[in-house]
Amino acid sequence: MAEYSAFSLLKNALRGNQDWTPAWRKPDPKASYDVIVIGGGGHGLSTAYYLAKEHGITNVAVLEKGWLGSGNVGRNTTAVRSNYLLPQNTRFYEHSMKLWENLSHDLNYNVMFSQRGCLNLAHTPAQLDDYARRGNAMRHLGVDAELMSVGEIKRLVPALDVSGSARFPVLGGLMQPRAGTARHDAVAWGYARGADRRGVDIIENCEVTGFLRDGDRITGVTTTRGDIRAKKVALAVAGSTGQVMQLAGISHMPIESYVLQAFVSESLKPIINTVLTFGMGHFYISQSDKGGLVYGGDLDGYNSYAQRGSLPVVDEVMSEMLALFPGLARVRMLRSWGGLCDMTMDGSPIITTGPLPGMYLNCGWCYGGFKATPASGWCFAWTIAKDEPHEFNAPFTLDRFYRGLIIDDKGQGATPRLH
Amino acid sequence: MLITCPYCGPRDVIEFTYQGDGNRARPQPSSQDLDAWNAYVYDRLNPAGDHNEIWQHSGGCRAHLRVVRNTVTHEILSTAFARGGHKSAGHKAGGNQ
Repeated sequence: MAEYSAFSLLKNALRGNQDWTPAWRKPDPKASYDVIVIGGGGHGLSTAYYLAKEHGITNVAVLEKGWLGSGNVGRNTTAVRSNYLLPQNTRFYEHSMKLWENLSHDLNYNVMFSQRGCLNLAHTPAQLDDYARRGNAMRHLGVDAELMSVGEIKRLVPALDVSGSARFPVLGGLMQPRAGTARHDAVAWGYARGADRRGVDIIENCEVTGFLRDGDRITGVTTTRGDIRAKKVALAVAGSTGQVMQLAGISHMPIESYVLQAFVSESLKPIINTVLTFGMGHFYISQSDKGGLVYGGDLDGYNSYAQRGSLPVVDEVMSEMLALFPGLARVRMLRSWGGLCDMTMDGSPIITTGPLPGMYLNCGWCYGGFKATPASGWCFAWTIAKDEPHEFNAPFTLDRFYRGLIIDDKGQGATPRLH
Repeated sequence: MLITCPYCGPRDVIEFTYQGDGNRARPQPSSQDLDAWNAYVYDRLNPAGDHNEIWQHSGGCRAHLRVVRNTVTHEILSTAFARGGHKSAGHKAGGNQ
């Protein structure tokens, strides 16, 4: 396996970069494993990595329908933050933040985690009060949060229209300085390489077509590359959760799948040095290291499994961007894409044992899955290894909806498209 | 995406408001069947394919519509007034669900 260091970079550069070896193997599936993880996205790969690293479970296969990282881990807007209101979410995402802060070192792979901050803009006095409340809730749990004045915001992001004549004048904002962005593909590749070198088989182009069962118990999967048995089968398939659960005979889930679009502009010189969110709509923007503006808005507002977006949302997102940055009116959009979001009924995820014996479930990431990648895998690996949740994911059960224990950070109720 | 309103004809999707999954069976208001209420509020079929939905033509005649739409291709297969709900859903409640 390639070891990455200043020395190895220099050595390979001098040899014309001819000697790099593949970062992970392409094994054929074995007849059986201790654990099968369905889904080779960020969460599936990090689950396999932490199973091997934290729990010594290395007889593991990650099954990916397409190629590695072809789903949402490569389709997001790369923001990482832990600025939630409710303690269940705050604790979980703050655990993720702490894993992010050491991730490049841990993986020996540069995930380009950049703690450039995340600033939520407030446009009404009530919203600013609400942000102060959320900031206090965060600080109460040891998470960093600071209210910023308009003057401070103007100094931080000079291109932002903070004038009184803006369509929605900015009155202040809530900043989480430790938030930021990461290079999403590197996260998938780094976890894949880390899992592979610990013995995990990453099997691409291997679609699960059904489950092997012994009574109720799940004992393996049927795939396009043959049957594979396993003591434990773990699902991390995000927007396809409903489809895969139906293969197991579970027809209904507290989840609806929607498309979320993201956009990249042409490259610009540095103009936005934080992750910025608009408070009067649903819009967020940051600037990649290549200079492209990376931004997005609301879901396309109806159930969809199409990994492409609709024009009304494009129009809305561009309008929101121009409300904040009139100076960007002539910047050209380079590309856009859509990813499937598994929206739960309370906007919070599910990481749990079950619902069938031998099965473990990780889903419901709504549109916040990327920042959760390390903690999701870490907690899921714990749950799989010990057959019980860690305290960080104990609230994220599947049955919380039916027991009155929902975790609804936005207070939106069982209307998934509005979370 | 164009949705054909039975009153107004084919109109752009931006004139419509999505009211969600039309498969759900709402228990009678007096029902004390907790499982039925939980299923109504939280459980979804979420198919990749044809989906029974309720839309409102909120930017037009304001009628509630029963729409069958494919969630993979976004093709609209049928539209009708929503009164009575989707036949396959077994709606018990009246009104415009």
